Amino acid sequence: MKQTDTSSNGWQASNTHNKRRVSAWVAAWVVSMAMAAFGPRFLWDFNTALTVISVLINLALGAGMIMANIRQVKGMDEMQQKIFLDASAVTLGVGLIAGCSYELLEDIKLIGFQPEISHLILLMCLTFALSLIVGNRRYQ
Amino acid sequence: MKNNIRLLRGELGMTQAQLAQALEVSRQTINAIEKEKFDPSLPLAFKAARLFNLAIEDIFEYEHVE
Repeated sequence: MKQTDTSSNGWQASNTHNKRRVSAWVAAWVVSMAMAAFGPRFLWDFNTALTVISVLINLALGAGMIMANIRQVKGMDEMQQKIFLDASAVTLGVGLIAGCSYELLEDIKLIGFQPEISHLILLMCLTFALSLIVGNRRYQ
Repeated sequence: MKNNIRLLRGELGMTQAQLAQALEVSRQTINAIEKEKFDPSLPLAFKAARLFNLAIEDIFEYEHVE
């Protein structure tokens, strides 16, 4: 049987609670990422100890975000899980193929700038969002 | 897979949302099952059968596709 994080308020309430928990973890992770990125330059003048701590906090919050996401997926119903799995598979494929090709473009001098990981992350986010929309429409 | 969930739900006077709550799934999932766009898992099919007090084969009919 599927494992679900159910409460006395029922499946819907549990699902909403899991979504809120993921949102909170994502928000905390984004703030910690901003701290790790801009803190050394603007707040503590590249103090090594503070920089290491900020990176460790960022990694720890990232791990928490992953765990919250896993819990949320486990709490979804089976159709939602299928839509999520399909979207994840498409995103993984697009990320791998586009990432390799993007890196290659610079190696073979077809683009004149250094490939940025942020471009790949943006592409993966858009792919995942689009795949979720398509998946939800498929079962409407 | 064919099913008569919509008919059985109607007989019980339940809305999609109420059935979804009883089966611990989303209303969208109930809608997709009724429209035969999504086939439920065996545990969910058993849960539905128990709710309607019927056997699984009285609710779901497998269509063999050549």
